[in-house]
Amino acid sequence: MMTNHGNRITQGQFSFLPDLTDAQITSQIKYALKSGWAVSVEYTDDPHPRNTYWDMFGMPMFDLKDPAGILMEINNCRKTFPNHYIRVMAFDSSRGWETPRMSYIVNRPKKEPGFGLSRQESDGRSIRYTVHSYATDKPEGERY
Amino acid sequence: MSHTEKAGKGGGGITLPDDVLVDLEAEFKVSNIQEVLDKLDRELVGLKPVKTRIREIAALLLVDRLRKQFELTSETPTLHMSFTGNPGTGKTTVALRMAEILHRLGYVREGHLVAVTRDDLVGQYIGHTAPKTKEVIKKAMGGVLFIDEAYYLYKPENERDYGQESIEILLQVMENNRDDLVVILAGYKDKMDRFFDSNPGMRSRVAQHVDFPDYSSDELMAIAKLMLGSQNYCFSPAGERAFREYIPLRMKLEHFANARSIRNALDRARLRQANRLFAGRKNKLTKNDLVTIEADDVLASRVFQDGQLDAGPES
Ligand SMILES: Nc1ncnc2c1ncn2[C@@H]1O[C@H](COP(=O)(O)OP(=O)(O)OP(=O)(O)O)[C@@H](O)[C@H]1O
Ligand SMILES: [Mg+2]
Repeated sequence: MMTNHGNRITQGQFSFLPDLTDAQITSQIKYALKSGWAVSVEYTDDPHPRNTYWDMFGMPMFDLKDPAGILMEINNCRKTFPNHYIRVMAFDSSRGWETPRMSYIVNRPKKEPGFGLSRQESDGRSIRYTVHSYATDKPEGERY
Repeated sequence: MSHTEKAGKGGGGITLPDDVLVDLEAEFKVSNIQEVLDKLDRELVGLKPVKTRIREIAALLLVDRLRKQFELTSETPTLHMSFTGNPGTGKTTVALRMAEILHRLGYVREGHLVAVTRDDLVGQYIGHTAPKTKEVIKKAMGGVLFIDEAYYLYKPENERDYGQESIEILLQVMENNRDDLVVILAGYKDKMDRFFDSNPGMRSRVAQHVDFPDYSSDELMAIAKLMLGSQNYCFSPAGERAFREYIPLRMKLEHFANARSIRNALDRARLRQANRLFAGRKNKLTKNDLVTIEADDVLASRVFQDGQLDAGPES
């Protein structure tokens, strides 16, 4: 049984939608900048949902007025890591929030092998379940 | 017309039939450009050639916009500029206005100005320059990047200078991101000419060269009154006469920086006025006392006494 057709990982915003176009990404960045959030670009080749800390592609970008500079970095990142997951994050530093307010995927590997379900038999007859991404069977950097 | 519409060439744009009339006057009104030009006239004394050039650039952009409605041009005109002139001739001030004008005409999306010098662009060690320059460029996108004393980016005596790296990144962005930002290089005329001579790539990307003349003493006097007025001060008749005498004396001395020297002289006159009022220990001061710069406040300058600059970091 497959609940996620094509094994596309669904993390963050918009991930059930078709991939965002650059124009749509730009609009989302514009929204973040207008809200005063610092936008950053991150990448990874470990798609596990609990892998929250992705690698930063450059520093978070502060004090930008216009999305063009961020789109430029996204495209640089795509060029460097064409087959990685890349996401855009918008961080709200204002008191009480201090947390990412947006996070969405803007690049994904051409082929996503998806996750397998593994079972562990433990005490008594209980079973622990976990997911395991096939991609991470290979070493970092050779996964996709 | 928003920038995105402009950029989306073949997309949603409708080409007008050849015989349709477009209204230059209406387009002019919508852009509110007259307001900015008027403000420029009011708030900046002199600078005739500069104002004329700005008007010409505004006209070019406006006509270009109309031409777009007939799909006659598809290329964004190159708007990178160089502003040359002596210190204090208003280059930074005009660059700010330029950003506003370009914004109103829809050539930059946000209309802010990011002013930098070599130190903001060039790093201290290998691998430091590119991220630094790129960060500045990203901040300037949607607006104007103003590089003051741009020639310090290029140091021919040191072939390993990191400035060259910064120049190369700038060249690339000036070519590929013409829709995203306008670069204005500023500095003294002769040094700038040499800079362009040794960086032909830069020269070919800069379309507008604007030269800022020095101010005459009459213009400097008008600038002085304008500055005082905006700070709610004014000269007494004798004070005005004294300042009129002060200007040519100051112009002859070293480190003369046009309008900036005037601003600094006025700051010192205000200081002396405050001291005078304080030393007088008159308990009751009228509003008039508080706003008036008297002859004494000006004449106490060392420029009058022994033809020397007043003390202070910058005269
Ligand atoms: N034409 C003018 N009318 C009124 N004020 C002016 C005029 N030109 C310059 N000023 C004032 O003089 C000061 C110096 O001007 P500005 O900083 O624009 O000079 P600049 O050419 O950039 O000098 P520098 O080359 O030293 O950077 C500013 O405070 C500005 O407001
Ligand atoms: Mg300046």
